[in-house]
Amino acid sequence: MADVMIVGEIIEGKLSASTTEILGAARKLAGDLGQNVCAVLLGSGIGDAANEAISFGADKVYTIENEMFADYTNDAYVGALEKLNAEAAPEIILMGQTSNGMDLAPRLAFRLGSAATLDCIDLTIDPDTKLMQKTKPVYGGNAVAVYVSEAKPQIATVRSKTMDPLAQDTSRSGEVVAFDPGLDSSAMRQKVVDKVKEEVEGIKLEDADVVVCGGRGVGSAEAFEELRELAKQLNGALGASRPPCDSGWVPNNIQIGLTGKMVAPTVYIGIALSGSSQHQAGMSGSKNIIAINKDAEANIFGISHYGVVGDYKKVIPAFAEKCKELLSG
Amino acid sequence: MNMIVCVKQVVDPETPAASFKIDPEAKRALVSKDKPMVISPFDENAVEAALKVKDAAGEGKVMILSMGGESAKDVIKHSLAMGGDEGYQMTDPAFDDVDSYATAANLAEAIKKIGEYDIIFCGRQDADWDAGQVGTGIAEILGIPSVTAVKKAEVQDGKAVVERVLADGYETIEVTLPALFTVSNEIGEPRYATLKGIMAAAKKQVTNWSSSDVTAAQARSQMLKIYIPVHEGECEIIEGETAEEAGTNLALKLREAKLI
Ligand SMILES: Cc1cc2nc3c(=O)[nH]c(=O)nc-3n(C[C@H](O)[C@H](O)[C@H](O)COP(=O)(O)OP(=O)(O)OC[C@H]3O[C@@H](n4cnc5c(N)ncnc54)[C@H](O)[C@@H]3O)c2cc1C
Ligand SMILES: Nc1ncnc2c1ncn2[C@@H]1O[C@H](COP(=O)(O)O)[C@@H](O)[C@H]1O
Repeated sequence: MADVMIVGEIIEGKLSASTTEILGAARKLAGDLGQNVCAVLLGSGIGDAANEAISFGADKVYTIENEMFADYTNDAYVGALEKLNAEAAPEIILMGQTSNGMDLAPRLAFRLGSAATLDCIDLTIDPDTKLMQKTKPVYGGNAVAVYVSEAKPQIATVRSKTMDPLAQDTSRSGEVVAFDPGLDSSAMRQKVVDKVKEEVEGIKLEDADVVVCGGRGVGSAEAFEELRELAKQLNGALGASRPPCDSGWVPNNIQIGLTGKMVAPTVYIGIALSGSSQHQAGMSGSKNIIAINKDAEANIFGISHYGVVGDYKKVIPAFAEKCKELLSG
Repeated sequence: MNMIVCVKQVVDPETPAASFKIDPEAKRALVSKDKPMVISPFDENAVEAALKVKDAAGEGKVMILSMGGESAKDVIKHSLAMGGDEGYQMTDPAFDDVDSYATAANLAEAIKKIGEYDIIFCGRQDADWDAGQVGTGIAEILGIPSVTAVKKAEVQDGKAVVERVLADGYETIEVTLPALFTVSNEIGEPRYATLKGIMAAAKKQVTNWSSSDVTAAQARSQMLKIYIPVHEGECEIIEGETAEEAGTNLALKLREAKLI
């Protein structure tokens, strides 16, 4: 029987959040098709993550363990999945819209003679054709398109925070199978020679309950320090639209949006940013959106719950002051 | 060092949501008469990446390739004005409305026709379909290695050394040549075209190819529909006598809503 397959990612020994989300999505699709869910984990030192995948919904887990997969390179990963595909012949393959997923999905699809759709926000099975309909934002999020492909396996990457994981159930049972793709390591044309971590101190942006996000109108690195203070005071994290990152006022890894981080906090405060569709792609899932912009026509007000029209340099110090008072009182 | 940069002409991605419209027949964005189409921003970064490699090597040829309508010539000329050496344009109804696979296959055919290359640069994703597939796809079809989301590319001892952007940092990868890289904005601001560059670009010939020169590939996926998502809800504007007072009132409002 054909399966719905997911390619998982492991971060510090545990399944990544996006992997559990894709497992949840795969379960639904497999339910509609009357199929099983299988997960593939590649790396060196997979350990307990295979059982974790079962507890989040996999019926079968293929582990591909070898030094060659310790670092991601598409030569090795596409090669291994090509071999596994020949054996498992899945109907559908899902992965996360992550650095690795977006690199892997198109190359794997074209290798297998099929097609991929990246950054999907909804996946459903057409009851008549049994094909997967893949919904994805286009034009930076100004529009949404639905794609379908008859070529198998149907491949998609899933935008983080758009699909729900199942509740973890450690009593679920499943099968773990070690798979050896038998690749020749000397044929690999890419080699990762260094990895540099640039982590932001404090609460992780993707996990923060409050996000204070500044845009081009903030104007300088110094002014961003005040926003950082405000974020800290609210127990949140600092984010930015793209221009402040490009200008070097803040590090690139706090960029929120289509090509940055995806956030969905309880409170998002957008300061001196216009709310381009590409920026909204990374934050429109926030539960409460607050905007401060001097231009009453700015796009961001269109998706905000509360807004102040005015110069942030005047609004924010008074806002921060009052917050401090309220939080200490 | 021979380099090919794939650039695409797109509807201006800075078009505000309010004036963004879809042509339901053509299943694509309407091009507004008063807003000219532009080079897809990451493709401009890709041109910059190629020019940086050329600058560092002190030699090399940068060839610009674009598939699109007649007006795609504008983005080729723009890239030539930045410092590109040769332009190639693919225009034919058979190249229209294709999916990412057929786009990659058509561009790969053209690249084979161009012939010699050491590095191909693409943008990490286009500003229209946001597909993020064509670059890697070209590499797969040509059978050469690829690295996506590159923020630095150098050539050392006949190999490329590139930095790839990750969610929390970056990694350095050594890659054999020829290779394809998709470029991210972290590569740095694209250079401006100088007056001299613009004048030189105006004189450069652009080679034109149709489907009789490059065989058009078949699509593997279809777009069923495209629509503009509706947003419901109202924004409550918090007022005040002064901007400072509005800031204070906002804090009070958020407390009332139990958000802080
Ligand atoms: C394919 C693609 C991917 C992209 N990915 C991303 C992405 O992931 N994330 C992202 O953010 N962008 C992304 N962009 C860029 C995006 O299109 C916009 O250019 C960017 O989001 C604009 O940032 P901004 O709102 O800070 O700047 P602007 O649009 O310039 O807005 C600045 C705002 O600040 C206001 N302002 C100025 N001064 C003040 C003041 N003193 N007080 C109050 N308000 C003030 C102005 O009224 C204005 O509304 C992408 C673009 C493309 C083409
Ligand atoms: N029609 C085209 N002509 C030239 N290059 C293209 C074309 N379509 C896509 N590309 C290249 O492929 C990259 C990724 O495109 P996409 O997969 O559509 O997001 C772009 O940034 C371009 O470098």
